[in-house]
Amino acid sequence: MATELGPTPVKEPASGGTPIHHGPKGVGEDNAIASQGKWASWLLAPTIVALAIVIVYPIISAIVMSFQKDAGLDPVTGLFTEGGPAGFSNYTNWLFQQCAAPGGGTVACPPGTLGSQFWSATGTTFYFTIVTVTLETILGFWMAIIMARTFRGRSLVRAAVLVPWAIPTAVTAQLWLFIFAFEGIGNKLFNTTILWTGSEIPARWAVIIADTWKTTPFMALLILAGLQMIPAEVYEAAKVDGASAWQRFRMITLPLVKPALMVAILFRTLDALRMFDLPYILTEGSNNTTTLSILVVNQIRQGFNSAAALSTITFIIIFMVAFIFVRFLGANVVEQQTGAGKGKK
Amino acid sequence: MTAATELRAEQDRGRKAAQNREKWASVRTYVSAAVILFWCLAPAYWMVVTAFRDVGYTYDTSLLPTHITLDNFRTAFDTSFGNRFGQALLNSVFIGVTVTVISLVLGVFAAYALARLNFRFKYFVLGFILGASMFPGVALITPLFQLFTNIGWIGTYQALIIPNISFVLPLTVYTMTSFFREMPWELEEAARVDGCTQGQAFRRVIMPLAAPAIFTTAILAFISSWNEFLIASQLSNDATQPVTVAIANFAGAQPQQIPYTAIMAAGTIVTIPLVILVLVFQRKIVAGLTAGAVK
Amino acid sequence: MKTPKFLLPIATAGVLALTLSACGGGGGGGTTAGGDAEQGLDSRGPITYVQGKDNSNVVRPLIEKWNAAHPDEKVTFKEQTDQADQQHDDLVQNFQAKNANYDVVSVDVVWTAEFAAKGWLQPLKDKMALDTSAMLKPTVESASYKGTLYAAPQNSDGGILYYRKDLVPTAPKTWDEMMSMCSIAKENNIGCFAGQYAKYEGLTVNTSEAINSAGGSVLNAEGKPSLNTPEAKAGLETLTKAYADGSIPKEAITFQEEQGRQAFQNGKLLFHRNWPYVYNLAKTEGSSKVKDVLGMTALVGADGPGASTLGGHSAGMSVYSKNKATALDFLKFLTSEETQKFYATQGSLAPVLGALYDDKELVAKLPYLPVLKTSIENAVPRPVTPFYPAVTKAIQENAYAAIKGEKTVEAALSDMQASIESASAGQ
Repeated sequence: MATELGPTPVKEPASGGTPIHHGPKGVGEDNAIASQGKWASWLLAPTIVALAIVIVYPIISAIVMSFQKDAGLDPVTGLFTEGGPAGFSNYTNWLFQQCAAPGGGTVACPPGTLGSQFWSATGTTFYFTIVTVTLETILGFWMAIIMARTFRGRSLVRAAVLVPWAIPTAVTAQLWLFIFAFEGIGNKLFNTTILWTGSEIPARWAVIIADTWKTTPFMALLILAGLQMIPAEVYEAAKVDGASAWQRFRMITLPLVKPALMVAILFRTLDALRMFDLPYILTEGSNNTTTLSILVVNQIRQGFNSAAALSTITFIIIFMVAFIFVRFLGANVVEQQTGAGKGKK
Repeated sequence: MTAATELRAEQDRGRKAAQNREKWASVRTYVSAAVILFWCLAPAYWMVVTAFRDVGYTYDTSLLPTHITLDNFRTAFDTSFGNRFGQALLNSVFIGVTVTVISLVLGVFAAYALARLNFRFKYFVLGFILGASMFPGVALITPLFQLFTNIGWIGTYQALIIPNISFVLPLTVYTMTSFFREMPWELEEAARVDGCTQGQAFRRVIMPLAAPAIFTTAILAFISSWNEFLIASQLSNDATQPVTVAIANFAGAQPQQIPYTAIMAAGTIVTIPLVILVLVFQRKIVAGLTAGAVK
Repeated sequence: MKTPKFLLPIATAGVLALTLSACGGGGGGGTTAGGDAEQGLDSRGPITYVQGKDNSNVVRPLIEKWNAAHPDEKVTFKEQTDQADQQHDDLVQNFQAKNANYDVVSVDVVWTAEFAAKGWLQPLKDKMALDTSAMLKPTVESASYKGTLYAAPQNSDGGILYYRKDLVPTAPKTWDEMMSMCSIAKENNIGCFAGQYAKYEGLTVNTSEAINSAGGSVLNAEGKPSLNTPEAKAGLETLTKAYADGSIPKEAITFQEEQGRQAFQNGKLLFHRNWPYVYNLAKTEGSSKVKDVLGMTALVGADGPGASTLGGHSAGMSVYSKNKATALDFLKFLTSEETQKFYATQGSLAPVLGALYDDKELVAKLPYLPVLKTSIENAVPRPVTPFYPAVTKAIQENAYAAIKGEKTVEAALSDMQASIESASAGQ
């Protein structure tokens, strides 16, 4: 019974937007595209200019610097001198974990140099990203579903969910450091003697717990907004029809929330891949909690050009992840539109 | 038994089961709500308890408030040692509101174009916008600092506002686009048939429907600008610094002493009004916009 | 063909970005020596003094006093955050941008060499010379690079060994003596000794102290690493052995200053290495359990007092300053006896002038001064090298692994050695 009626309401809103593009006003597809293109350029220009000044310019300037060597020390004067052009050596040094050798040339980076940490930092970054984004998605979805229900005290829950996120990260990190201290409230409460920041697994989970706590509200709010866009009638229809909660979730909620959910996951992933403050303050990157961004900051203090190369590598890694997301996991916010409008003609 | 009675019995069973289910669902809702409350508030509770604790008992681990004092809040607002926490709060609000408003307007423009208009290079534009969220933020500071020094912007509000706008724009554009795509745009067409211009149709019909989405995006934008620290720590000065920087400026009475209690007090001060504000706005804005839609 | 108009903004943005990158770039350090260090030597006028958070409100009154006496050469105070890393990064950004508004800056002792080698600090010689004869020698060394003074020592800091007077009959003089007292700790069911062993700057401090106290050194006189020595090995081994046998409690690898102080104040440690600030807090804080039984002595070494790592700050003059004559007068003002005394009484900041440590009035106020004097006189500056950020990471990474027992002492030291060599090999 339920399965028959389940999918029907789904169709309507999902395909709601598409007919317009084949609408009656379209005189010729080409003309329409041209005039819409003009509109689009005006609407998009402010965004693109803002991004160009503050993001693209620094990126380009960092990329330019990444092909310069870092300053070297003049042994006679004891002063630093410009390094000169580096070609791709800053990049290859990171990728192959090569460091400068005392007599010239390069050697495999000894443990204790930043260069020796590139691949482990990459691994750590992905570990954090996968675990935190997964946890945050599940928890966020759950919170959003609860918040979307009508019950006494709903405002209280909605307010409470905002709290972790509204606390500035600088405070959050100190708060968790304080909680995870050996003689802190965490160990006291659970009567444990865990050295939270003293070995790999607890240290990583301290970061994961703190990050999940802090950013789940982000997920929850975005998913909640998605849920709120689903007309209540759709649920009523399914309920009257006797669809089980799981069926309603799978057949109605999930597909309708998917666009919002995908955007939330995509941006959380991009942010998590650049995670910096929490692990930096909690552990200073000890016990395999050094992320790529922490490595960048440490390297900036030792030489900006090489740090610029590392930033560019990070950028490329994140770009590939985003590409996979958009291409294969359906995180494309305009896919159906464009697909219907021109691709599938 | 006739087919009719059979059906009725079936429906009866169905209804009872449904009632039972509903009762259980409501119990489950409350249990879930309680768990969520605990998870979100327990660490924050510790922040508040610490905020009210005498600095000499910073590391006390009694669960209930002990050695209660308001000194930490006084310390936070004390301006005699050059703390400007009050000023910083105003700065943060000013920066946050400006960033939110501008990025929402730009975001709605861009999202409308991306969701509703057909044009070439759409994927390129989308990629460009998303690409802005891919470079490690920590590496943007040095070039930005040089740029802003060259044009004399260090210590100005725009040096904090413009980068923040750029940081939240990709998210704003993407969320709005994904929501706009789900809008029932036939309604807009219908309104135009009724004599509205495209702009009117958008404002009167689409905006109210998009209210939850816009409101959510506004919160996201505001809080992300509210939380921003890295850029602000290098590009602000005493007069323009936001709260995040002001909190980092808190210092213990002794070198090396970390003023946990004052930091927690500051955290409490900035969090609670923000949450209340969001709640009030949520009621007002959502109610207002929905009312508009009904008319 | 219609050119899609929306490409226009992108094209504009691209051109803009390229133009800007052409004029903005080149921030990665490196310097052209000369020029800047010669200009403005005789100029006077308003200047800015830059320092991290003024914890105990000593800088403002001092500047008011200066401004009252020098109405035409007023000093403006620019306060940075309380966090050393951020202070460092802020200075670097402003030096790179050749900001003339950062006239006199407070530099942590470990940044002096880096900033000097980058050509950002005015050498204090010839016309700009500063009299350092009354200052404690290690503080002057830590403000010098390649034999030239680059900053005026402003305040100092050294490690102190705190202990429980009620449990320890006589203060230990050597490391072995202290270790032999660990049985007392065991009887009382508390930890024996702890410093700061979390992986952060404090671990460099504690590791260099261990190595220096055993007669070794991280860098030799030429600034090359010298960790392949029996002394260095003996030094690091004091820590690894004590951690392995439990004399240093397990939780100490999560200790920064504050966690260690907390443990000591809660009565959970017999001996504790920390900075002078602990004295005031352990004596006065309501929660302190050691108020009446707080003992202190110099750090312990192999056969006598240990070699503390030197902390503190110096005041450097930016080469980009426009009013260097005023800046030099201000440096002299900061190092004057009167100012130094004010630092000590008002801010509990250890003076750099040796004579003040015997000043009766000061000692009455800061009872730890005599101990601290021993500590600072025997102190060794942390490695003075322009590659300090890399050196400290190399020490932390490997010492941490060695203390936790994940690496042998030999391997840790030879990796430290190799890492430092590689970092200073440059291009």
